Amino acid sequence: MPPESWYLALSAVLFSIGVVGVIVRRDPLVIFMSIELMLNAANLAFVAFGHRLGSADGQAVVFFVMAVAAAEVAVGLAIIVAIFRLRRRLSVDDLSLMRW
Amino acid sequence: MGALAFVLIAGVAVGSALGLVLKRNPIHGALFLVVNLGTVAVLYLTLGAQFLAVAQVAVYAGAIMVLFLFAIFVLIPGKEETGPDPRRAYRLLALPVGAALLVLLAVVVAAGARGGTAAPAAPDGVEAIARLLFTDYLFPFEVTSVLLLAAMVGVLLLARRREG
Repeated sequence: MPPESWYLALSAVLFSIGVVGVIVRRDPLVIFMSIELMLNAANLAFVAFGHRLGSADGQAVVFFVMAVAAAEVAVGLAIIVAIFRLRRRLSVDDLSLMRW
Repeated sequence: MGALAFVLIAGVAVGSALGLVLKRNPIHGALFLVVNLGTVAVLYLTLGAQFLAVAQVAVYAGAIMVLFLFAIFVLIPGKEETGPDPRRAYRLLALPVGAALLVLLAVVVAAGARGGTAAPAAPDGVEAIARLLFTDYLFPFEVTSVLLLAAMVGVLLLARRREG
């Protein structure tokens, strides 16, 4: 059983990879998947902390994160599909209408 | 033994995360993300969070990723991210930004790892989280159902084809 700090280190690595993915990629679907990666890294940290503290509260928080993530993915993908119907092209660089 | 297993799983997790970010085809990226979610589920198991491991496979690797794959098939962005990048200079900043973030997180984790006390006996298993969810977190648990219903109605509204 490795110490919890190993899990936290892995969580940090996964989160950083997700951040790079959000910055680098142009396809909104891939950006969305990178966000899921970051959510999962945070979840892993929650479970590791909960294990360290000897309480199941971390797991309960992760449960709610999963529920919110499911709702977020459904709404987000619907928005992406709606945008694609309007513009026939899918690149986040084109979506600058609400930029100030 | 446990450490070796952790290193192996962590290697697969990091590799699949890199695959998601580096592969140009979003379908390959989605499949890499499925692998990554699976490895995280295994890590949940090693941390004694059996319920979350099962939920991870069912909700994330099952439902959410199927939704992603459907969206990819509907949108057919097979030829995406080709051609010159109009904002290449900005994107080249991503690596130093990501590396700086990683260093920051590593410092925090290392600092936390040094000054720690021995862990108390963890209440593992499904029982602990079930008791929490239906006592302390009962209200948020019920609110979750309203959230999911609202999301479902919103998605139907968004995805509906406008008539006329």
